[in-house]
Amino acid sequence: MFNEFLRAVLAAVIVCFAVPAAATLPIQHWRTAHGAAVYFVESHELPMLDVAVDFAAGSAYDPAPKAGLAHLAQGLLDQGAGGLSESEIAHRLADVGAVMGGHFDRDRAGVTLRTLSSRRERDQALDVMARVLQAPAYSPAVVEREKKRVIAALVEAEAQPGAVAEKAFYQAVYGSHPYARPEQGDKDAIPGITRDDLLAFHRTHYTAPNAVVAIMGDISRADAEDLAERLAAGLPPGSGVPALPAPIANPAREVRIAHPSAQSHVLIGGVGIARNDPDFFALYVGNYVLGGGGFDSRLLKEIRDRRGYAYSAYSYFAPLAVAGPFTLGLQTKTETTEDALAVARDTLAQFVAEGPSEAELAQARANLVNGFPLRIDSNRKILDYLALIGFYRLPLDYLDTWTARVEAVDVAAVRAAFARRIDPRAMVTVVVGAEPGGRP
Amino acid sequence: MNAHRKKAGAALLGLVALGLAGAAQAAVVDTTLANGLRVIVKEDHRAPVMVSQVWYRAGSMDEFNGTTGVAHVLEHMMFKGTKDVPAGEFSRRIAAAGGRENAFTSRDHTAYFQQMQKDKLPLSMALEADRMANLVIDDAAFAKEIQVVMEERRMRTEDNPQAVVQETLMATAYQTHPYRNPVIGWMNDLENMTAADARDWYARWYAPNNATLVVAGDVDAARVVADAQRFFGPLAARPLPVRKPQAEPQQRGVKRITVKVPAKLPYLALAWHAPVLRQWDRDVVPYALQILSGVLSGNDSARLPQVLVKERQIAVNVDSGFDAVARGPGLFMIDATPAEGHAVAELEAAIRGEIARIQREGVSPQELERVKSQIIAADVFQRDSLFYQAMQLGEYVTAGLPPEALEGRVSRLRSISAEDVQAAARAVLVDDALTVAVLDPQPLVPKPPRPAVPGVRHVQ
Repeated sequence: MFNEFLRAVLAAVIVCFAVPAAATLPIQHWRTAHGAAVYFVESHELPMLDVAVDFAAGSAYDPAPKAGLAHLAQGLLDQGAGGLSESEIAHRLADVGAVMGGHFDRDRAGVTLRTLSSRRERDQALDVMARVLQAPAYSPAVVEREKKRVIAALVEAEAQPGAVAEKAFYQAVYGSHPYARPEQGDKDAIPGITRDDLLAFHRTHYTAPNAVVAIMGDISRADAEDLAERLAAGLPPGSGVPALPAPIANPAREVRIAHPSAQSHVLIGGVGIARNDPDFFALYVGNYVLGGGGFDSRLLKEIRDRRGYAYSAYSYFAPLAVAGPFTLGLQTKTETTEDALAVARDTLAQFVAEGPSEAELAQARANLVNGFPLRIDSNRKILDYLALIGFYRLPLDYLDTWTARVEAVDVAAVRAAFARRIDPRAMVTVVVGAEPGGRP
Repeated sequence: MNAHRKKAGAALLGLVALGLAGAAQAAVVDTTLANGLRVIVKEDHRAPVMVSQVWYRAGSMDEFNGTTGVAHVLEHMMFKGTKDVPAGEFSRRIAAAGGRENAFTSRDHTAYFQQMQKDKLPLSMALEADRMANLVIDDAAFAKEIQVVMEERRMRTEDNPQAVVQETLMATAYQTHPYRNPVIGWMNDLENMTAADARDWYARWYAPNNATLVVAGDVDAARVVADAQRFFGPLAARPLPVRKPQAEPQQRGVKRITVKVPAKLPYLALAWHAPVLRQWDRDVVPYALQILSGVLSGNDSARLPQVLVKERQIAVNVDSGFDAVARGPGLFMIDATPAEGHAVAELEAAIRGEIARIQREGVSPQELERVKSQIIAADVFQRDSLFYQAMQLGEYVTAGLPPEALEGRVSRLRSISAEDVQAAARAVLVDDALTVAVLDPQPLVPKPPRPAVPGVRHVQ
C-alpha cells in the first residue's frame, strides 16, 4: 500500500513543478492625497478587517544618545491620544471587540488593527486608530511611568542568556552602525528621554509621506480609499526620512560573556543582505539547506540528530532596509559548548566551500514551492505581506513570481551567492554561559 | 486563494450581531471508525490548504512517578522511523510535499500535525497511520534523543526564572493529581529514562481507539472519512489501560512557596483551584470564570492593569487566565511583576484587594458587555486560522467535550450574568484554595570557573 501510494505522491510533486504558479494575489496600490502609500487586498469571506500602518521609525532611527526613543514613541501611541485618555482608548476598542497591536523592529514601527467589518464596529475602531497615529499625547505622567516599565523589561532581560547573547551579537556585528543598538534601547539613556523628544520624533517620522498603509479584508475599494485618507490626512506633513548608512563588515571577533545558565547560547554571524539584494533568493533557498529547513537542514542534522547537542540549531538571513544580519544559533549545555561550536563552524565552512548537493537543493525548492500556498492562507499572513511589500518597495508581483524565483535557484547560484556574502573566517561569535566545570 | 471566493460575509454579519455565528459556519463532521478512531472534519474553503492533526489521549497526566516526561519523549521518538519509513524519512517526505509539520505534548494529550496543500492529505494520513502502529524505538536513537530533550528542558525551564516558579507552583498547588508534574518531566526522571520506558508508553497508549484525527481546510468531509478508513481502518484496536481518577483532595488552607533562582526582578504567581467544563450546556462557573478573567485583564485598561500598573504603579505587568477545557482539575491564575520599590507582598495585597472588591461589589454592566463583545469578535477572528480551528476541536474532544460544546461556547458565555461572575469569584477565589508562589531573585553570579586553559578562550 505504502509504496504504491508514494509513487502517486511523487508524480504529484513532479506535476507541481511542471505547472507554473497561477497569479496569486490581486494587490491594489495607490497613494493618498497626502502621499501615504496604500496596499489593499479585498476579501469578503470573513466579516473582518485588518489594517497596518508602518513608518520608517524603528530603533535604527534613534538619535545615538537617546537609544530607546523610537521604541517609546511607538509604544506610547495608544497611551492617550487625540483627546482620549489611555483607558478611553482601551475601552472604546474593547467595546467593539477590536484588537490594536503594534509592530516594532530596527527598521519599522507601526500600529495594527483587527476589527469586525460591520459599520459601527469598524468606524469606532478606525477612529481610535486615526487618533493614535495622528495625535499621541505623550503626557508627562504616562511617559515617566512607561519609561520605568521599559527599563524593568531591559533589566529582566539581563537574566536571560538568549537576550544577553543577542544584544552582544548585534553590537559585535554592527559596531557603530545604528543596527548595533538594541530595539528597546539603552536602560541608561531612557531616563533622559523627554516628552519633547517624543513629540519631535513623532512629528518627523510619523509623517504621511513616510507611511505605508496595508488593508486586508471585508471592505470595498471606495471605503478602503476613504479609510486610508482618514488615517493619512491628519499625520504630520513632513517628508520621508533619510536613508540609513550601509553597514560595514567588522573583522572576526569572539565575545564570551559569563552567565549562571545551564546552557550556553551561541550565535555566529555577520553582516548579511538588504531586502532588495539580488542575491536574496539564492541565499534564502540555500539557507534552507544550511539551517533554515528544520530537519532537512545540515545544522539540525549535525548538531541535534547526530550528536544530541541541542534542541534548536538554525541559521537565517534577516534582510532589512540596509544589510541585515546573517545569524547561526544554538543552545547547548556547558559541557558540550566547545564541541557544538566547532561542529557549527565546520558545517558553515563546508557549506560555503562546497555549496549544497543537487539532492539537497531539490528538496529545498520542493518544500518552498509546494508550501507556498501556506504563506498566504489567512488574512493575517496576507496583511503581513502587504506591509512588507509596501515598506521595502518590493514589486507588486512579488508573490506572483515568488515560486518561479525559487525554482530558478541552482547549486551554482547558491555557491556563488554564499561565497560573495559569507566569509566563515570573518564571523563574529558570541557565547553566553557558564565556564566549563563551574556547574556542579 | 483568499480574495476570490464566495461572499458569505454580509449574511454572516447579521448572524454575528445576533450571537449566532456558530450556526453560519460549516457543520463539523464527527464520526468514529470501527477500530475506535474518531474522525472530525471541518470544511473551510478559503484557501487550497488543509491541516491534519492526530490527537492521542495520552499526556503527562497519564504518566507514573519515575518516568515523568515520557509522553513528551515519545513525541520526539515518533519522528525516528518505522519498519517501512526509516529515521528522518517522515519529515523529509512531508517537507518535499511542501508541508509544515510538528507535534506538541501537554498535560492532557500528545498531538501531531501537518499543514499542506489540500491534495496532500493522503500522504499525511499514510505516514501517521504507519507510525501509529509500526514505530521502531532504537536504543542508540533513544540515547541521543533523550539528550535533546534534556537540552529542551534546560532551554524552556532551567534558564527561565519565571518558568521555574510556574513549575514549582504546579507541584505545590496540586497535592496528588499528576498535573503536579511538568510536561517535560523532572530532570532526574529524564536522566534515568530508558528506551524501554518509551516503548512501554507507546504500547500502552498509541492505538486507534485512543486517538482522534482532526482535519480542517479545503477538503470534502466524506472523502476525508473514506481516506481515514483506507489508511487507519486496517489498524487494530487494543484494550486500553484503566485510567485512575487521581482526584485532587480539597485544599485546606493557603499554601505559600518561595523560589530562589538567579534573576533580576521578583515575580508573583497566584493559583486557585477552579472547576473546568464537564457538562458544557449546564455548567455556569467555568464560563463565569472566563468572563471574570476578561474583566480583570482582558484589555489594557481592565481592572488589574488599570489599578496596579497605571494608577497605583506598583506593578510593571499583571495578567490573569483560566483554561476551562481540561481533562483534570483546573486553576484560576494571576501573575505579576512588581514595579521597582514595591514589595511582592504589597502587590499581592493589592491584587487580592481587587478580587475582594469584585466579590463585594460585583462587576459593572459595561464591563460585562465589553468582555462579551471581545468574545464575539474573537470568535470571528479565530476563523482566520485554520490551524487554531482544528486545535480547538482537538482540545475539546480530547478533554471529553463534544464539538457542539465549541459551537455553543459563545452563546453559553453570553448567557452569563454579572451575578454569575460575582458568585463565581466568591465561590472560587477563596484563600483556602489558594497557592502563592514568589520568585526571590538571586544574584546573577556565574559559577566559579575552572582554572583557565591558556590559549583556548578569548574573553572580551
